[in-house]
Amino acid sequence: MSATDLVIDVTGVTKIFDGKKVVDSIDLSVRRGEIYGFLGPNGSGKTTFIRMLCGLLTPDAGSGTCLGYDVRTQQAQIKAHVGYMTQRFSYYEDLSIRENLDFIARIYDVPDRGAAVDRSLERLGLQNRSKQLAGQLSGGWKQRLALAACLIHSPQLLLLDEPTAGVDPKARREFWDEIHQLAADGLTVLITTHYMDEAERCHRLAYLAYGRMLARGTLAEVLSTVNLTTWTVSGPNLRTLAATLRGRPGVEQVVAFGNMLHVSGRDAAQLEQAIAAVRDGSHEWTRVRSGLEDVFISLMAGAKDNFA
Amino acid sequence: MSAETPRRLSAHRLWAIVLKEFIQMKRDRVTFAMMIGIPLMQLMLFGFAINSDPKHLPTAIRAADQGPFARTLVAALRQSDYFALTRETASEAEAERLLQVGDVQFIINIPEDFSRKLLRGEQPTVLIEADATDPAATGPAISATRAIADTVLDRDLTGPLARLRAKAGPIDFQIHAHYNPENITQYNVVPGLMGVVLTMTMVVITALAITRERERGTMENLLATPVRPVEVMVGKILPYIVVGYIQASLILLAARFIFGVPMIGNLFLLYGVSLLFIAANLAVGITFSTLATNQLQAVQMAFFFFLPSILLSGFMFPFRGMPEWAQWIGTCLPNTHFLRIVRGILLKGNGLSEIAPEIWPLLLFLAVAMTIGVKRYRQTLD
Repeated sequence: MSATDLVIDVTGVTKIFDGKKVVDSIDLSVRRGEIYGFLGPNGSGKTTFIRMLCGLLTPDAGSGTCLGYDVRTQQAQIKAHVGYMTQRFSYYEDLSIRENLDFIARIYDVPDRGAAVDRSLERLGLQNRSKQLAGQLSGGWKQRLALAACLIHSPQLLLLDEPTAGVDPKARREFWDEIHQLAADGLTVLITTHYMDEAERCHRLAYLAYGRMLARGTLAEVLSTVNLTTWTVSGPNLRTLAATLRGRPGVEQVVAFGNMLHVSGRDAAQLEQAIAAVRDGSHEWTRVRSGLEDVFISLMAGAKDNFA
Repeated sequence: MSAETPRRLSAHRLWAIVLKEFIQMKRDRVTFAMMIGIPLMQLMLFGFAINSDPKHLPTAIRAADQGPFARTLVAALRQSDYFALTRETASEAEAERLLQVGDVQFIINIPEDFSRKLLRGEQPTVLIEADATDPAATGPAISATRAIADTVLDRDLTGPLARLRAKAGPIDFQIHAHYNPENITQYNVVPGLMGVVLTMTMVVITALAITRERERGTMENLLATPVRPVEVMVGKILPYIVVGYIQASLILLAARFIFGVPMIGNLFLLYGVSLLFIAANLAVGITFSTLATNQLQAVQMAFFFFLPSILLSGFMFPFRGMPEWAQWIGTCLPNTHFLRIVRGILLKGNGLSEIAPEIWPLLLFLAVAMTIGVKRYRQTLD
């Protein structure tokens, strides 16, 4: 793999707000055509990190390149080739769909603007609604409009900050199909999300908490970062069972999922001992593969200990 | 348990809303400060600064007769508290210029044959030329001269001269009201409205336009594009300069055709200077937009600026009637200078050289406001 294949290549990126390290020396390399997922609790520094990548903020420490441009000095060039979709819908609600797209196309000085706007409307299937005000659109359509606006200047890198928050499952699925299509055409995508199913659709993942990157890699790699063992249990009186299990050595998480409990811990042997102590034959116990969410919650619990 | 039926009015629910409102009021520090600050400011301005009986008006004396009677007259005028004798000149041209530029409110001309005519019992004429652009400013002083005319020479006219006192006033004051001879208030108010309307809309609109962009989150999006911050700012201001000119034109049209305000000076000059004034107000608006976190705060700040601009600028009340501290505040406001320019050009036919003393304060204000505005605006980005 040559260096030019790295669309994002940064090391030690740090941002301090009011003496607090919001982003704490993060290294990241993302290859061309890759869909890279950013996960982590609210306030973990994902948005701040993205803002540094797209030239909105200057890192306090660290260095690197985005699309081959220096993130500290060549922010103007970066902005011209990046599409950034903010967490909140940030186009003009009192402008029509076409007016919004036309405005963004003008800002980026897109050649043959009228045709570019038409193409963009067509691809989104918004031709018939082009005169509608953006403020009247539903959440799903707003998101599609935002994506279209991000793409109008044919960027090489797409930075999406929680693009699917508040969007229904069907629209979410269509959105992801579109992202995969774009990535297949060579666009690189960095996306933040809280949805585990979306995380699993990324080529690679990173997990952030308290400004630090706690895990990264493919789904399998992230799962194996924490050697978590998980059991499910079903049967009567799950609430009392959960209360008994919590706090026992080896038991890190007891989470209710419908009519089941997920019980997990990092030390498989200790966890089994704890389970054996409460096992009385009235419940059905099964060992399962740990889910991404279990892994993340475990990572976060560990990080909190480090942080304190 | 307070299990009231939902239909009935509930004191608990009402109290919950009231409590919540108070908490929110407390959270919005700027609004809270304004709620206290604006009434205090109104109190100060209306209570202390405003005086509809302006005294100590700057006056130039052109005395061709320096005799004892003339000196007594001058002393009496000074003692009346209405006239502050700030200049003395022998040249008629210079006196006219002082009036035109606005350095003095009155010129008192004592003729050469003042003493001689007085002694002959011929009732000498003393010409008082007044800058009557603002009738409210000159009115009380002019009324005061009547009393002076009757009694001023009582002490001098003794012995054989006492016979002169018997006459109905030994001196005849002739008032010549320049620029607005009929004392029509509209001539003063309508041109002044140009400054007031521009101040209000320019400051409010810019403060809102930028705050709205931030409040709705569209600013972040905009800044992630290659657009430069200065392009955003100038691009947002330019349309409002056009709006400002439309407003100015509407007021001028109304002034001419509805109120019949004379327009003696050069309108192109007025339009040119208006650009400075509009820009100064827009700069204030930008500064407010960087301080306000929401649109309500932006409006309140604009109001905070608007209030003294209307009360201390000489728009509503004569500038010279205010105490010194209020005049100082007024001098710092762009509207004060713009009002003098507008009235000067329209009513007095002032040219560039006459309004120059009012232009540089505008320029200075613009430079300071722009510097603060741009500096603050940049800080909000990173």
